[in-house]
Amino acid sequence: MNKEQYQNLVKRKTPKENRLMNSIVAFFFGGFLGMLAEGVMQLIRHIFNLSILDATVWMMIIFIFVACLLTALGVFDKLVNIFKSSLIIPITGFAHSVTSAALDYKQDGLIQGVGSNCFKLAGSVILYGVVAAFVLVIIGVLIWQV
Amino acid sequence: MTYLYAFLYVGLLCLIAQIIIDNTNLSFGHVTSMFVVLGAILGFFDIYDKIIELAGAGASLPITSFGNLLYHAGLDGYLSNGVLGIFQNLLTTTSAGISATIIFAFIMTLIFKPKD
Repeated sequence: MNKEQYQNLVKRKTPKENRLMNSIVAFFFGGFLGMLAEGVMQLIRHIFNLSILDATVWMMIIFIFVACLLTALGVFDKLVNIFKSSLIIPITGFAHSVTSAALDYKQDGLIQGVGSNCFKLAGSVILYGVVAAFVLVIIGVLIWQV
Repeated sequence: MTYLYAFLYVGLLCLIAQIIIDNTNLSFGHVTSMFVVLGAILGFFDIYDKIIELAGAGASLPITSFGNLLYHAGLDGYLSNGVLGIFQNLLTTTSAGISATIIFAFIMTLIFKPKD
């Protein structure tokens, strides 16, 4: 069997993912999470009598906590297989990437394992967020202030 | 109405992300980085504030809000203390998310063992 035949075989045997279904699931569950976020925020706001801004931050902390807990229990990866990107794009994905990286490298010790690797995946988000924000502030200042 | 807009906004972002992941070789890391930059750009054009007005807390949930918060914190820093203010202020509003993530992730790492 030569290389080309082998590649054809691999192509044929690889299970085809249903892209349309993936997109629909991602859209509806992502939307559900958005509604849930608003609901949780309103609930916190009314129970503890907080401002919208404070209640929003509490809501995010709760979502982060739940995502970290589910990741540590090993459930999050299974949920991602079902609900696809709808769990990665919200802040839960950020929490998941930090927790999973920290857990994966726990065996290498607290400093060289957990400490050095916990931002292995989430680092790119912070890096490009900070760089983009900084550059845009400079651009904005140059356009509007000078 | 806020619930409907929250549904549409988060759903639409997840839909775009899923389409990108299914049809290109990009990973989740690429997409989330792109979305943070997208959030900063939407903040730059004052579009994100309107999205928050419509979608409420739903607009704060996706990773795009991270970029928006970074941009606005940097801009506020510049207005209060010049270029030095950008450096002093850039990470202030996102601090809650980052701190919570680090602290909960560390506690979970101490308590739980990695699965398989």
